[in-house]
Amino acid sequence: MSDPKIDGFELKPGFKGMASDTGSDQTMFKGVHWGKAMMWIFLLSDTFVFSCFLISYMKGRASTPVDWPIPSEVFALHVGGVPVPLLLIAIMTFVLITSSGTMALAVKYGYEKNKKMCGWLVLATAIGGLTFVGMQVFEWSKLIHEGVRPWGNPFGAAQFGSFFFMITGFHGFHVSIGVIFLFIYAYKIFAGHYDGEGKRGWFTTMRSDYVEIEILGLYWHFVDLVWVFIFAFFYLW
Amino acid sequence: MDETKKTEQQESTHKIGIYLWIWGLLFVLSFFSYMVDWYNFQGMLRWSLILFFMFLKAGLIMAFFMHLFWERYALVNVLLWPMTAIVCFVALMVAEGQYTLFSRIFYFFVG
Repeated sequence: MSDPKIDGFELKPGFKGMASDTGSDQTMFKGVHWGKAMMWIFLLSDTFVFSCFLISYMKGRASTPVDWPIPSEVFALHVGGVPVPLLLIAIMTFVLITSSGTMALAVKYGYEKNKKMCGWLVLATAIGGLTFVGMQVFEWSKLIHEGVRPWGNPFGAAQFGSFFFMITGFHGFHVSIGVIFLFIYAYKIFAGHYDGEGKRGWFTTMRSDYVEIEILGLYWHFVDLVWVFIFAFFYLW
Repeated sequence: MDETKKTEQQESTHKIGIYLWIWGLLFVLSFFSYMVDWYNFQGMLRWSLILFFMFLKAGLIMAFFMHLFWERYALVNVLLWPMTAIVCFVALMVAEGQYTLFSRIFYFFVG
């Protein structure tokens, strides 16, 4: 990963390296698996989509003369009659970070060809993601029960509901897709698709390789990354 | 292809300590950002703390969990510069939002 060796091409470090990599009349991302580069490009475009949502939320919130609902009261959870602000959101954040950590370790053990550890860690990540989605369903149903709708809510500015459902819904959709793929890849690891030469895929003649776990990991960390921004801008702000 | 694959894989494994450290740091930072709400800080202190913890967490995830720290600059710059452009978009929309609020209040209440 750091300073890969490529025959007949001298790799320079830093910005000089960037200039010569870009102008090399060859592949630009030296030593980066094509799947990884494509995942990064996808994540970059996904960043723009989430940015558009968050920026429109910011603009909507900044331009309304009506008071915005106070997040720490709206998202409070009552424990023994006492409202604890953002309790569920905090737990969700910790669950997502935990699953991000297990994913990072799964990538590491994958490259070390430690099939058992990698498989179990990917499975643990999937279960963490499933827990997160479950808590989000609980949060949604609680708010819908309290009368929050995309066109209005009893707490304040009417735009709150539409931004909330759009942003957390789109993020939850990403988590759900991630969970499905985590389960698929946990199966692939345990079924031995990555053993030895690597099994040929269902839709491709290319052989499976543990780099796929890193690509999956990039997606999963991105989901965690987006949650960091949603947590800061939507729940804490 | 097979040759480069092998060298890549050997260099891709980092010590487990790095991941555990970053993992622990993310927990601590999340706890701190939750504390910002718990102690109900207000005004500039609240916003600067929220943004500080947010960017620190995002940076740690991208640099170490997503391995950008170890990637070559050609990839890192292709990713980070477009993301920086988003900041300009945010600045534009902050100005636009203030203007919309101003004109709403002006025309709704003053006429």
